[in-house]
Amino acid sequence: MKATATLTKSERQTGIGLAIALAVMGFAMAAAARHGVMAIHGGMAMVLGLALVFVLGGALYDHPEPGADRLSRYYDAPIRFGIAMTLIWAVIGMGVGVWVAALMYWPEATPLWDWTSYGRLRPVHTSGVIFGFGGNALIATSLYVVQRTSRARLADALSPWVVLIGYNLFCLWAVSGYLMGVTQSKEYAEAPWYADIWLVAIWLTYFALYIRTLARRAEPHIYVANWYYLAFILVVAILHIINNLALPVRWTSAESFPIWSGVQDAMIQWWYGHNAVAFFLTAGFLGMLYYFLPVRAQRPIWSYRLSILSFWGIVFFYMWAGSHHLHYTALPYWVQTLGMTFSVMLLVPSWASAGNAIATLNGAWHKVRDDAVLRFMFVAAVFYGLSTFEGSFLAIRPVNSLSHYTDWTVGHVHSGTLGWVAMIVFGAIYSLVPKLWGRENMAWPRAVEWHFWLAVAGTLVYVVSLWNAGITQGLMWRTYDANGALSYSFIETVEAMLPYYALRTLGGGLFLAGAILCALNCRATMRAAGSREDAADRPLAVQPAE
Amino acid sequence: MTTDPRALPGADPHTGNREVDPVTGYETTGHDWGGIRELNTPFPRIALIALALTVIYSVVAWILLPAWPTGRDYTRGLLGLDQGEVAMDRLQAIKTGRAVWLTHFEAPDFASLAVNRGLMALAMPAARRLYGDNCALCHGSDGAGGPGFPALADADWLWSGDPEEIAVTLRHGINAEDPDTRIAEMPAFDWMDRVDRLSLAGFVASLPTGKADWDSPAAGLFTQNCAACHGEKGQGGLGVGAPSLTDGATIYGQDPQTVYNTLTLGRRGVMPAWAGRLGEAEINLLALYVSRLSETKEERTQ
Repeated sequence: MKATATLTKSERQTGIGLAIALAVMGFAMAAAARHGVMAIHGGMAMVLGLALVFVLGGALYDHPEPGADRLSRYYDAPIRFGIAMTLIWAVIGMGVGVWVAALMYWPEATPLWDWTSYGRLRPVHTSGVIFGFGGNALIATSLYVVQRTSRARLADALSPWVVLIGYNLFCLWAVSGYLMGVTQSKEYAEAPWYADIWLVAIWLTYFALYIRTLARRAEPHIYVANWYYLAFILVVAILHIINNLALPVRWTSAESFPIWSGVQDAMIQWWYGHNAVAFFLTAGFLGMLYYFLPVRAQRPIWSYRLSILSFWGIVFFYMWAGSHHLHYTALPYWVQTLGMTFSVMLLVPSWASAGNAIATLNGAWHKVRDDAVLRFMFVAAVFYGLSTFEGSFLAIRPVNSLSHYTDWTVGHVHSGTLGWVAMIVFGAIYSLVPKLWGRENMAWPRAVEWHFWLAVAGTLVYVVSLWNAGITQGLMWRTYDANGALSYSFIETVEAMLPYYALRTLGGGLFLAGAILCALNCRATMRAAGSREDAADRPLAVQPAE
Repeated sequence: MTTDPRALPGADPHTGNREVDPVTGYETTGHDWGGIRELNTPFPRIALIALALTVIYSVVAWILLPAWPTGRDYTRGLLGLDQGEVAMDRLQAIKTGRAVWLTHFEAPDFASLAVNRGLMALAMPAARRLYGDNCALCHGSDGAGGPGFPALADADWLWSGDPEEIAVTLRHGINAEDPDTRIAEMPAFDWMDRVDRLSLAGFVASLPTGKADWDSPAAGLFTQNCAACHGEKGQGGLGVGAPSLTDGATIYGQDPQTVYNTLTLGRRGVMPAWAGRLGEAEINLLALYVSRLSETKEERTQ
């Protein structure tokens, strides 16, 4: 069924109105800016708005009105779109990641075009995987999970489309801006000011949709996964707004100045940066883990009490931990001590989550052995435990004096993002795609097994090589000979990185190969869509009249 | 809210017991979300102990280290640490350890230092790293130079190969922002006829081969315009920063096209002044190291 056919005539008309508004906004941006990146971004919004007008307008009288029985079913059409975007961004974001990894090994290979310089490509990788891949996966799965665990249909049919299409426009503005040389120079918050404002509007729509759906739930209690998803939505909004407060140089160009300055700016940036890890890359994905792991394993969550302990521990302790990114800097010592101690106390709630997930598999270990999809989720939980331990460890100030500014940090981040975040997303995707496209199984079940081993091998090669790189680097930087002189010049420590950079490129390449295989497998599954209904999707409770 | 277990969801209405998971033997909580259920497993003791340990660690850290803000001040901690002081103390300790040999370079007599083998064994490895961090970016890690940056590992010098003179260049730079900087400029001969510049460029390019035609008109141009700085026969060595044009060592290149560009546009390369960035002893150490680069290269080739 075409996505437009799931909308009623009045919804299609409202949609056309919104699309026209988007096109007008884009035109206004382009006309005001006249040239430069903002004008191009305005043009993109205008083209997208006009395309949506044509899609919805063309479909206005094509499809019959969807029956009233739609209200007793879950609304999955936007989720299918979100999953497709997740896969597209996975290939783009990880592909650029392997590219920049290769540039570190072979910098002479940088082509002569401005946009291929390392500094412009690197945020395309980070935003592409975090926001493009991770964000689409979070939004899509959250909309799936909130309906199933609340036994309620999404509160309305238009706002999920607004959220997903608007969010992807933000991602597109961000990465295309970096390629054209526009950045706020704040890590993971590089997008220009108008894209940030746009994201606030999209995010509030998302929050409202989520809350309204939860309010309609037919279950007496709110399931743990929804606590995490809600924490993710709420806190990311707070972080995003505060860290991106900026004054545009002109209202008609993409450049801006942050309103914070000096060490306050650094502290707010890393309060944001670390909580982007906490609430974007952890809380949301824990929501995913808490739904897809027990469903796939057909096992009850091991401990409800542990869920409570870890949820409140994570949301409380993480908020304080950001200053550990600024050990041994101009940041006052007392702020560093607080960041360090809260990072250490964070370990137990984090491990409680990982342990709860792994203990949930008790009684289902034979499934872990046989089912690559469940194995993805198991490995994700293991890497979650490993990287949270490593994170607390690296936050201890004397340890940080060795690891700070080295590739160990990069290795740590990738043990979290490849081993934990991407693995749980792949587990969720392989669970969801057959269900959402009405099939029993993926089109190529064997390819899931291949993907699993490519992903595990890629992650291990990547992480182990950067552990070696980082520790080597840290030791070489701090080694003095007996005469009180540095033992190595800086360039010698760079040359020592070459074998590790080659290996990390290989590891990233293996992981990318697995992701491409996943995207192709999903495409084949989508093309062979069936009409099977998921037996677990029990009939909804009666909905209140609209 | 009732506390009667029989009234809770999933409970047996007579006994109040809930369904028990056969694998773990734990009761469920009675909740069911689209097939997901939860066990009412108690907190594992190990988790509570671990949480207590991390809290104890934190409280100890808060007592010992600067930790909590108190309005405009903060708790100083029993250890009374200040990260700026700690850093300066450590730097001082390293400086003290280095002073044993580095003080010899404060106001050195280079000739006597160079024959002190014990001191050289201590100093030269340190000088190599100092060179790697400060000089190698332009002059190459082995001193081979590159386009625009003179080679330091050959025996051909713009000013002088004496360590004293190298130290002056290091201290004050060339064309640098320093009142005592050395000044060296190749002026632009853009006023000269293009044909003359082309023939002069060809003549200069032929100088290192030794087959230059000193009877040609270009040789006359050379004598009139170039000899004052580069020497009568282009041999250089006048101590004004003008390179020898006969030894094959060049900064920018000595092919006819490059020489033509040099003649037309002039050159004004910059060597930054390092006084203030490096200490006096470090500058002298580097000067001695650079002066010996050509020797070590010759030794290597022998």
